[in-house]
Amino acid sequence: MSLLNLFYRRPTTSAPVARERLQILLAHERGAGSSGNHSQLVAVLQEEILAVIARHMQIDRDKVVVKLDRAEDVSMLEIDIEMPPQAGEMLPQIRAQA
Amino acid sequence: MAKVLVVTSGKGGVGKTTSTAALGAGLAQTGKKVVVVDFDVGLRNLDLIMGAERRVVYDLINVVQGDAKLSQALIRDKRLETLTLLPASQTRDKDALSSEGVARVMEELREKFDWVICDSPAGIERGAQLAMYHADTAVVVTNPEISSVRDSDRIIGLLDSKTARAEKGDRVDKHLLLTRYDPARAKRGEMLKTEDILEILSIPLLGIIPESQDVLRASNLGAPVTLADPACPPARAYTDAVRRLLGEKLAMAVPGDKKGLFNKLFGRRVA
Repeated sequence: MSLLNLFYRRPTTSAPVARERLQILLAHERGAGSSGNHSQLVAVLQEEILAVIARHMQIDRDKVVVKLDRAEDVSMLEIDIEMPPQAGEMLPQIRAQA
Repeated sequence: MAKVLVVTSGKGGVGKTTSTAALGAGLAQTGKKVVVVDFDVGLRNLDLIMGAERRVVYDLINVVQGDAKLSQALIRDKRLETLTLLPASQTRDKDALSSEGVARVMEELREKFDWVICDSPAGIERGAQLAMYHADTAVVVTNPEISSVRDSDRIIGLLDSKTARAEKGDRVDKHLLLTRYDPARAKRGEMLKTEDILEILSIPLLGIIPESQDVLRASNLGAPVTLADPACPPARAYTDAVRRLLGEKLAMAVPGDKKGLFNKLFGRRVA
């Protein structure tokens, strides 16, 4: 142990950090649990949206992001779909029909 | 009227079995007829903590499945005649417990005892849900540590939704038991404070059990800490918790060691 350590002691008050992390985390988890299991709803939405898009173009699973944010007075459903560069090209069977 | 109490936590290793044994023995010492029931099928330990591991013949599974009568599986404590143990099976798993079988056994226990204390397994799956299903009262055992607090929050949610009382629109009476607490570290800001945890979980506090070597000593000896050394700090904290369970209003304090000046100065080094 160097002499400097005697003067620059690490602050030991980690409890406030723990408290804050917990409060944020639990506010989030309780919201998900109490009102009809939103995480499940988000997962179902994601699957169904993917299925619809996949009928028309090829897309990566992780290019479709579904988020549900709930605040006191506003809830927001955010669906973010990143188009692949060759998105204009339709699947062969669709082109055949067209 | 018998009361069914579940000792639960979600997280493992926080002191459910220690607390079940200590609260059970403490209640039995007041003259109440108490049975402590081990629901941790496959990983039973309450028999060890109670010092009855060599007396197990039949277990909860045998009774649930109708292979043994309840009276054959119950083990009377040798120190306290009002205290009884219903052990879990060590060789089976939790699927061997049927909901109907557990309901039947709990009904029979309610007739025979004043308090039925169920030691829940860790986790939130079937075993833990069966242990809490019939509860009137719950003791949520929590360590002053974030993962334990988070898991306790989850268990409180289950107590409010997956119990017989909740299904009837009634409530399970929930209490927080803070274990392995170190007041000095909490004071220095190194450990979550009691108020922090109470504010986050918002259920009433039943007691604060200080971190102590006496708990390990009691488990080594196979005695609930309230019987192994009734004067030690954790035993006194459990005894206070028992009195609160019985409805007494006591000021909340964390019992400490009564140390002389010499011990205060040098005691910490002898760890």
